[in-house]
Formats: sequence, C-alpha cells, structure tokens
Amino acid sequence: MLPLRLRPFLDPDNQEYWTGGGDGRLHMHHCGDCGWWVHPAAPRCRRCRGANVSPEAVSGRGRVATFTVNHKAWIPGSEPYIIALVELNEQAGLFLTTNLVGIDGDDVILGMEVELVFEIVDGIYYPLFRPRQESP
Amino acid sequence: MTTRIGERLSYISGIGQSVVGRRTGLSEMELTMQSVQAAIADAGLQPDDIDGLSTYPGGGRGTASGGFGGPGPNDVIDALGLSVDWYSGGLDGAAQLQAVVNACMAIATGLSRHVLVYRTVTESSAQGSGGRAGIGSSGMGRGVPGPFQYLVPFGAMSAVDWLAYSAQYHFHHFGLTRESLGQIAMSNRRHAALNPKALLREPMTLDDYLGARMIAEPLCLYDCDLPCDGSTALVVSHTDTASDAAHVPVQIHAVGTAVRGRPSWDQWEDLATFPGRDPAAHLWERADLTPADVDVAQLYDGFSMITVLWLEALGFCPTGGAASFLEGGSRIALDGELPLNTSGGQLSAGRLHGFGLIHEAVLQLRGDGGDRQVGGRPEVAVVANGAGSTVGCMLLTRGLA
Ligand SMILES: [Zn+2]
Repeated sequence: MLPLRLRPFLDPDNQEYWTGGGDGRLHMHHCGDCGWWVHPAAPRCRRCRGANVSPEAVSGRGRVATFTVNHKAWIPGSEPYIIALVELNEQAGLFLTTNLVGIDGDDVILGMEVELVFEIVDGIYYPLFRPRQESP
Repeated sequence: MTTRIGERLSYISGIGQSVVGRRTGLSEMELTMQSVQAAIADAGLQPDDIDGLSTYPGGGRGTASGGFGGPGPNDVIDALGLSVDWYSGGLDGAAQLQAVVNACMAIATGLSRHVLVYRTVTESSAQGSGGRAGIGSSGMGRGVPGPFQYLVPFGAMSAVDWLAYSAQYHFHHFGLTRESLGQIAMSNRRHAALNPKALLREPMTLDDYLGARMIAEPLCLYDCDLPCDGSTALVVSHTDTASDAAHVPVQIHAVGTAVRGRPSWDQWEDLATFPGRDPAAHLWERADLTPADVDVAQLYDGFSMITVLWLEALGFCPTGGAASFLEGGSRIALDGELPLNTSGGQLSAGRLHGFGLIHEAVLQLRGDGGDRQVGGRPEVAVVANGAGSTVGCMLLTRGLA
C-alpha cells in the first residue's frame, strides 16, 4: 500500500513487537504484576513501576479513535492513504498509529470496529488494521 | 503557603529580528548576527553587557541538516566575541519557550543578569525547491528510533498528520468545521497585510481557503505554516536593571512548563485536548491573572489546529468550544475580545517557529505594533509554543508588577 515502509530501529524492548508476528498475533508489553499494557514497549510498567513486563499477544481488535486521509506524498509515489489511531480493546487509551486497509477513506467513521492484519516487509511485521469481519 | 514565582525577576529588555524571507541566500550565522545585534542594541546594551546566552534547539541542526536550527551557542558566543557566565541550548523542554525559561532560571539563580536568547531557522533555504519534508524522513538509515518508530512507518511523517487526528476528533465530536479553521487562516492573513515583514499579505477569502489542496484531511495547505529563513532574538534581563531600560519593561509574569499526562504525539490520553493542557494549567496556577485579563494572544500556529487546541487549553473557550468561539472570526480580530496572532502568525508571516510570536507579543505590549497595533494599550499578552511532545506557554505584562 505504501511504496516504502521505514524500518524501526530494533532493540531488546521493541524486538518482539516488530518481529514477533509469526504466530499471526501482535505482542505488546504487559505487566505481570498489575495487568497494565505498556506501549510503546518499555522495560518498566508505567502504572506500578514494576519490572515484571514482557510481550504478550493482544486480541488484535479495537476501534478507530480518530484518523486522517493523508494526501501529501511524503513518500514519493504514494497515493492518498489512511492513517488511523486505533484504540485496542484490551485497555482504554491503548493507542496504536496504523494504516487502515480494505476501506475507502470516505467510509471510515470514528468508533468503527477494526482488526489486525500484518504487512510483512523484510522481517518486520507492520500492524495494519481492516474493518472487523463477521466472526464465524 | 506561597510559592515564589521566580520568573518575575525577569523582563524582556530588547528584541531583534533579521531579514525574514524565502531562500534569502543569507547564512544562518548572518541571520543570527542580524537578530542578536538588533536585540542588544534595542535593549540599550553593549555586547559586553551580555553575560548569558540561551537558544533553541542548540547546534547541529543548521541549513546543512534541514534548517530547523541555526548556529549553536558556542558558535554565536565566538562569532560575537561574548564573554558569558552561563549558556544553554537544547531541543527538549517546554518547546521553543524553554530557551526563555532557561534564561529566567539563570537570572533567578544569579548566574546571569542580561541573557541573549535567539532562535534561527533556514528551512526555506534548506528545502530549496524540493518541497517540505516530514519530521521523520531524514537521518534514519539504521531504522527509526524512539517514539517516531510508531508513526513514520505508517506514513505519519509530519506533525500535520498527528494534528489531523485532533482535527478529525474535533470535527466529529465538537462540530468544528473547515470554516472554523479557515477563520484562523483568514484572520492571520488580514493581520499579515498590516505587517510589512509578513511573507503572505494578499487577502484570503473563505473560497480561497476551502479550495486549497488537502494535505491531511481535514487540514489543507492553508492550515500549514510557511517555512522561511529568519532569526529572532530577545534580551532577558534581571528586573533590578529595569530603571535603565530603554523601553517599557515586559515582565515575565508566569511560565507554564508542566508535563502531567503522556508527553507524546499519539499517546496523549484525552483526544479532546492535547499536551498543552498541562503547561496551560501550570501557567494559571502560577499567575495572578486569569484568561479574562489577557489583551492579546500569540498562540502557536504551525498548523491552525494547534491554535484551536491552545485556545481551549488556555481557557479562552471550553474544550470543544472553539467552533463557536471562532464563528465569524470577530473575536480574534484586532478589535475583537482576543486579538490573535497579530503579526499574521506562522501561517502568513512565516515559520519563525515560536519566537516570531514572542517578538510580536513584546511589540504589542510596548505599543509598537504599527498598523496592526491592538488598541486600548494592551497590558497582558499570552504566548504559547509547540504541540504534541513539546509544549510551553508564558504570560507577559507591560511594566513590572
Ligand atoms: Zn504494572
């Protein structure tokens, strides 16, 4: 969808977030003591300040908190694309910036349900989102 | 219990500004010398009176690397042959205003009595004819570190994308419209027409605004500020020198520097507000004044939406109230209840990046605003800088309290 996906600089904190999608799931830092989801990935829990945080899979489901359709071709050759702030169902305020795929910008509404779909480039699992499909 | 408000030991004694333009062909040092020498002279001082120096964002970000920052402190001290007891330069803190806050702290501690403060940009020369680049687009060959790694891989390259989040949220929940944002762009342009140094002075109609090309919905080209070359400088002095002041002292009544929520472009908890909420609250906690006392406002307009967020954060209207506050544009006009961005702001006068707004606040409080002077001898001005992960504000008064 984008002609170029810039790569994150990997370190021990964010490694699993960006490369751990081989099981089809997104792994985010989670506090084993108080249950808080910690994002961006950091080695301490920002709620209880404990060090017992490690990556765990999230459901990959959330809602569009807000979004924009970007027209300016910051990346040469890009067509207008949707940048969205998705709030994951796991926790109020657990926001990810992402792209919405499988939907036209005019059809996006705040609060709509979305689900994770990875775009994989050179070993990086970029978490994108699409409108939530009916579950079987 | 009382807290000593140490910034009130400081006042702005001098201001100066270089040539401002697009691709001026002038070096970042030449622009900086123009502004700092003008500011020192305006304060009625000599270079040898300057004993402190402060800048944003420090060295290493000059024309060769995008023009976001001019020469660093060492280079300016050396170029001007200064002898200082204290100096500072840096990017982190209460946005561009942190350079002023640092000057106040140096004065309050006794490290300095006359601090030269400057901010230089050469973004127009640096971008040449290549167009504007996003923040995250350079210098990331080994991968994007820090918080930007969660933004730029998704093409969220520029603050315009991050501010579009706020705009879309306000459109959806609070009835903000493109017409509301257009009032800021048009009002700034009307003020710019009265400012000989402003870069865009032709009238802008609502049709012009609505017809501009989209950048990041709902923000269009005229919601974005205009990169330029220019340098702005101040002299911040100890109030015990005020009897020698060349102009009416402009006192720093209070600063707002707090971070209480998450200092982030996309992790701020409350999408109805923005991180400027914290320094705004901090400002009023430190002030003896209220929003109703403010006579003129210079609120950061890197993007028009930022001005909306500051209007609400500072309490000029309630959260979500900007749509009605801006309706028709009369409240923010020169003769309105809150004259706003009276130089034309960054949208029309040029992206002097925070410091143009400080300069304009001082001109207005001195009564030196020329054709764009706000009537009724304004006594209180508020200046706000920044958005997202870098925010700060300050309250200025004409004369010493
Ligand atoms: Zn915890």
